[in-house]
Amino acid sequence: MRLTQGCFSFLPDLTDEQISRQIQYCLDKGWAVNLEYTDDPHPRNTYWEMWGLPMFDIRDAKAIMSELAECRRIHDDCYIRLSAFDATHTWESLRISFIVQRPRDEPGFMLTRAEAAGRTLRYETRAYVVQKPEGARYGNSG
Amino acid sequence: MPETMTDAPALGETVDLRAAFDGAGIGEVLAGLERDLVGLRPVKARIREIAALLLVERVRQGCGLATEAPTLHMSFTGNPGTGKTTVALRMASILKALGFVRQGQLVSVTRDDLVGQYIGHTAPKTKEILKKAIGGVLFIDEAYYLYRPDNERDYGQEAIEILLQVMENQREDLVVILAGYADRMEDFFTLNPGFRSRIAHHIDFPDYADDELLAISESMLARQHYRLSPEAGAVMARYIARRRAQPYFANARSIRNALDRARLRQANRLMAAPQPIPKAALTIIEPADLLASRVFAAPAADGSD
Repeated sequence: MRLTQGCFSFLPDLTDEQISRQIQYCLDKGWAVNLEYTDDPHPRNTYWEMWGLPMFDIRDAKAIMSELAECRRIHDDCYIRLSAFDATHTWESLRISFIVQRPRDEPGFMLTRAEAAGRTLRYETRAYVVQKPEGARYGNSG
Repeated sequence: MPETMTDAPALGETVDLRAAFDGAGIGEVLAGLERDLVGLRPVKARIREIAALLLVERVRQGCGLATEAPTLHMSFTGNPGTGKTTVALRMASILKALGFVRQGQLVSVTRDDLVGQYIGHTAPKTKEILKKAIGGVLFIDEAYYLYRPDNERDYGQEAIEILLQVMENQREDLVVILAGYADRMEDFFTLNPGFRSRIAHHIDFPDYADDELLAISESMLARQHYRLSPEAGAVMARYIARRRAQPYFANARSIRNALDRARLRQANRLMAAPQPIPKAALTIIEPADLLASRVFAAPAADGSD
């Protein structure tokens, strides 16, 4: 099951050329670009591991593409997302976030139903991969 | 575009270099250089030459003639205060106008920004700076401090190696400008032949002549809405001649410092005035503001004062 979250998630995965142009757009707006990765795809897992600090003071997308290449090399079977933070007063929040790498194989989520008091149904989604320990969830890497 | 690079493209038509020149907005930058910077004849001439080379290179590319990314790394040598940083800033906009760097920012660093303090600290630090400079110009002031021949374990060597690698492999991503005093840069290049061979343009910044420094001081003051009274102008000319003979003379920088102190004295003089002063007095530097300088305290080298 293909994970969809963030911008462009219903489009085919962006090519490097397209990612690079998105990054340049963010940099031209003066936003700080940040890379994060995880192997826990649950939609409520908002805290992904940071790939270094957010990249402040960078002017050209190529510098960030080289960081992305390095992150992909080390975490070649994780989700990687790219986000950009706008520090402008009153914004002070993320302006864009999208997935720039996904594992080759995405098993998806299990939906469990538990009957609670009064025949209420409680739903739970759980990623199949989280049964394995962190770092061993996708392929043999990570 | 030709199908194969071995076929020379049709060269029957004419190319309008002038139009390309105006189209790139390069004329404005060069005119600004001419207008804003006093003196520096040889430097301006070299920059014009480089700009012409880059423009022709661009046009050749447009015609489908064989080109390869030109080496644009430069070295600026000259005494302190001769405008190296200012020109580097202009250079960044010229390169941007011609499309040889993508963003055109100038990242100005010294040894401290590149070299770390312990093992393993240098490479990340240098790479961090390089990332900031990608798409623009990296200006390394007093570059010879990177290399300390007396200490073979100095971390500067590591920064040099990373720089050399990037200067070679990422020529289209950033332009490195090394700057410093002429004689020490010469030693530096002798000890690091890798740098010399990767730098295409060596530009030497001459010292300013006395009348140029006077013009500089006038334009510095004009930018801050001050001016020299006619008598103060004459005093300033004498000041420049005497200051030059003293140690630690740093061309335009010495002039700027002298003017800062003159503004201080002017403010003091105005505060001491017993009655309200005309508004115009706020903008005028009088001879007294300059004559109080310690430069006039020492006897003149040639005994003229």
